[in-house]
Amino acid sequence: MPDLEEKIVAAPHTHDTFLDSSELIINMGPQHPATHGVYRVRLHLDGEKVLDAESFIGYLHRGVEKLGEHGDYRHYGPILDRMDYVASVSNNLGYVEAVEKLLNVTVPPRAQYLRVILTELQRIASHLLWLGTHALDIGAMTIFMYCFREREHVLNIFEKYFGARLTTNAFRIGGLQFDTYEGFEAEVLAFCEDLPGRIADYEQILTENRIWIGRTRGVGVLTAEDAIAFGVTGPVLRASGVKFDIRKAFPYECYADLDFDVPIGEQGDTYDRYLVRMEEMRQSRRIVMQAVEKLPDGPIMGKVTRVIRPLAGEVYHAIEAPKGELGFFIVSDGTTTPYRTRIRPPSFVNLQALPKMVKGQLVADVIAIIGTLDIVLGEIDR
Amino acid sequence: MVEYFVIPAVQIVVVFLAVSVMVAYMTYLERKVVAFMQARLGPMRVGYWGLLQPIADAVKLMIKEDIIPAGADKLIFTLGPVITLIPAFAVFSVIPFSGSQFSVFGYKVHLYITDVNVGILFILALSSIGVLGIILGGWSSNSKYPLLGSLRSAAQMVSYEVAMGFSVVSVLLYTHTLSMVQIVEAQKNMGWWFAVIQPIGFIIYLICGVAETNRAPFDLPEAESELVAGFHTEYSGFRFALYFLAEYANMILISSIAVTLFWGGWLAPFPNVKALAFLQVIPGLIWFLLKVYFFLYLYIWLRATLPRFRYDQLMRVGWKFLIPVAMANVILTAVLRLYLK
Repeated sequence: MPDLEEKIVAAPHTHDTFLDSSELIINMGPQHPATHGVYRVRLHLDGEKVLDAESFIGYLHRGVEKLGEHGDYRHYGPILDRMDYVASVSNNLGYVEAVEKLLNVTVPPRAQYLRVILTELQRIASHLLWLGTHALDIGAMTIFMYCFREREHVLNIFEKYFGARLTTNAFRIGGLQFDTYEGFEAEVLAFCEDLPGRIADYEQILTENRIWIGRTRGVGVLTAEDAIAFGVTGPVLRASGVKFDIRKAFPYECYADLDFDVPIGEQGDTYDRYLVRMEEMRQSRRIVMQAVEKLPDGPIMGKVTRVIRPLAGEVYHAIEAPKGELGFFIVSDGTTTPYRTRIRPPSFVNLQALPKMVKGQLVADVIAIIGTLDIVLGEIDR
Repeated sequence: MVEYFVIPAVQIVVVFLAVSVMVAYMTYLERKVVAFMQARLGPMRVGYWGLLQPIADAVKLMIKEDIIPAGADKLIFTLGPVITLIPAFAVFSVIPFSGSQFSVFGYKVHLYITDVNVGILFILALSSIGVLGIILGGWSSNSKYPLLGSLRSAAQMVSYEVAMGFSVVSVLLYTHTLSMVQIVEAQKNMGWWFAVIQPIGFIIYLICGVAETNRAPFDLPEAESELVAGFHTEYSGFRFALYFLAEYANMILISSIAVTLFWGGWLAPFPNVKALAFLQVIPGLIWFLLKVYFFLYLYIWLRATLPRFRYDQLMRVGWKFLIPVAMANVILTAVLRLYLK
């Protein structure tokens, strides 16, 4: 690694600067309060204007994909919790579904509905965290505390159900480990009742705020063509005006039975991404309420053998994680251990659009754009 | 002898200590008010309801290791915070805290250190020096983030000082004096606060005041999320405390000037209305402090509510909006004063 870095330094990009002054190169991160983790971006500045940006990742690399090749299929779940650590429920869902697809197992309806409830709650929690940190980066510090207060309700439900707040792990290949606890539905519905008023509060502070609009409108514009070319997914893609949501396009679990809208943006700027995520929280709430209402009785575990030994073959399965398409590619050689596990994390792919988005913007916009991409370094570095 | 040395010395010590304590408890107030606005409690551990927190903070900052970065220019690095702090405190010498006077051992004592005939000019001149310390601090750190922060700060303070000067001039057109005490007395004679007579000037002053002190939503020089801590990134311990002290002293100063110029200083509301004479029972100093704390509360309120401006937007607001409006206001006021005479 040091050699590589020296080479990059030795061959600096030179740009034409205003008044022919020398360009200023600053390292933002890895220890920077607003890069959302150990992420480093090297900025080439002309005064306050960004000429170029280079991403440096890998500070949080733990070899998650390699770890999947040791131990059996069930052992991999808890490791995946540490990937997107603010949406660990979604990580687990993606993985168990991929293995279920490989095994050709059907999950009982009750387990499906519970999985949907929990992952949608996780989506709300993840978006709340995004909103809080994004607003904090732009300087609206109060929203941050409010979002954490609401996220706390979700985490309390998780704590009771999973026994953990952050590294939840109760999804099993073929179903679920636990059935719901006493009063689960009531607590989820109480949270859903509470949420719209809270979201309205955030919107009251931000949506019409002139400073907020000034900081986000027209900042980090990503056109639909660019977004598709970069392979960007999730709210970032939808804000660019592409109506693509895996929950609708390739429905998994019981999403086909549930009624929800996919919000899209028009201009693909930071403000649109903000609006899309706000609307997604409301839609997730709708999904949760419907799923709680329809929640069937029955078993929570499908028929799965004691030892998981899929036939030789490969499978790719993607779900709509809060940050975009979370895909798992698993190759089985017919033994109890996966031959190869490859993960397509949404943040990693979305981050590729960053240099394109920050070029020509100001330093302050870089922060806004990193925030709006909603990256989690645990997932990028794996 | 006593009149020229002892009394001023005592006054200076009292004002210095009072401002220092106000600054310390301003941090407490800020943390508490912001905490309550954000559905949390704020400092609670040190003393009853965290009341000793500012003292604990001060002690902590004083006994911290004093670090000067290897690449820094030592002399200027140490000088920077001092240059910022001294004007911030010196300016309090002309702030009229109250108009009342009393006698001690036969000497007349005012509740302000001095009343200079160029008071407001003195304030504007002295407070501009503060920005020099910020530039020097950022420059001498020999580091990129502080440099960017100090350049932003310099540009911001210089551009907002212009609009602020104009808003002050709009008041001076009524008072015909630069003395701070006489400005307050002019409001007493007119029966109105200048905030009522000069609403545009008042609002411009308020906005510029927030920008001058680098507070939210104009806190770009120390934008935590972008520039880590702005111009004082490399400072720690007591030197950092000096910058911190200067920033909060400046907030109190800007509020004090706002009160003196626009809110009638130590006067009770509607000083000439007979029906409200009972308000005079409360001493002028209390009125003054109440008004100052209202403005300080406003600062905190803004910080908890608003997102931060971007650099170019800040400059646009300053040069393309505030300065033209302030100039128009001065010209309009001058013309009206001339014709209505």
